[in-house]
Amino acid sequence: MRECREYVNVVRYMKLLVFATDDIHDSHDRHGIFASRRRALRALAAGACLLTIKPVMATPDELADTLRQTFGDRAINRGKVKLEMPRLAENGSVVPITVSVDSAMTPQDYVKSIHVFASENHLPRVLEVQLGPHNGKGVFSSRVRVARSQPITAVALMSDDTVWAAAVNVEVVTSECGL
Amino acid sequence: MSRMGTARVRMPESAKRGEVFEIRTMVQHPMESGFRLDNRGKEIPRHIVESFVCSYNGKEIFRATLHPAVSTNPFFTFYVVAAESGELSFTWQDDQGGVATATQRLTVN
Repeated sequence: MRECREYVNVVRYMKLLVFATDDIHDSHDRHGIFASRRRALRALAAGACLLTIKPVMATPDELADTLRQTFGDRAINRGKVKLEMPRLAENGSVVPITVSVDSAMTPQDYVKSIHVFASENHLPRVLEVQLGPHNGKGVFSSRVRVARSQPITAVALMSDDTVWAAAVNVEVVTSECGL
Repeated sequence: MSRMGTARVRMPESAKRGEVFEIRTMVQHPMESGFRLDNRGKEIPRHIVESFVCSYNGKEIFRATLHPAVSTNPFFTFYVVAAESGELSFTWQDDQGGVATATQRLTVN
């Protein structure tokens, strides 16, 4: 994650600046002219830090683009899909997910594929599964990473070419920089 | 073709014809997202399982495409209709040529 690295570098840079000024001047000039310079440097570094951090999440537009790429111009309807995830996830790197799609799973009417999206992860696509009438149930479970508190979307493509979706808000307690 | 970690499959040994049974699978894999940094600030290269396929007597019945947001040691549960006795095979492939496989026999009565 590029922005993460920038953040780490800026923090290091800030520390260097602070240490450098502390090392040289602390013993001689605790309250004098250097102290204010030190403050100024700190403020400058903090400002630089703020400027450098860009939002790392995919934007809602990006999610819309991804949906359009995947499902074309098909209308996305609400319903038929049930997305089960914990509302509050202790650890964002292992969040259980179960998607069930209401379908008879007959050769005439079945779930073709299920797609999971996390709009505020670095990459909005999480996983896709392909199913067919031989599955008997339009259900699967897995474990996924959720970078921060955000809505997770599950979208099912049916054999009659209709698209159904459901979303759940997942609150993440410990989010990770690694996604 | 390099080897991947242990693959585990849990499913019944036998089922009634037409019964829908559950299959649980897991493979050991770091699923390194490619967005993380090591403690020197260097990017850790991406290393993820890209696909998981289950075939029933040679016919593909479940396929998953994985992205970096799937957790370490990818785990899947899904369902299958018991049609005839035979073999189910499971294949995981990662983006560095690693492959893991597993097979299970199923008796349908």
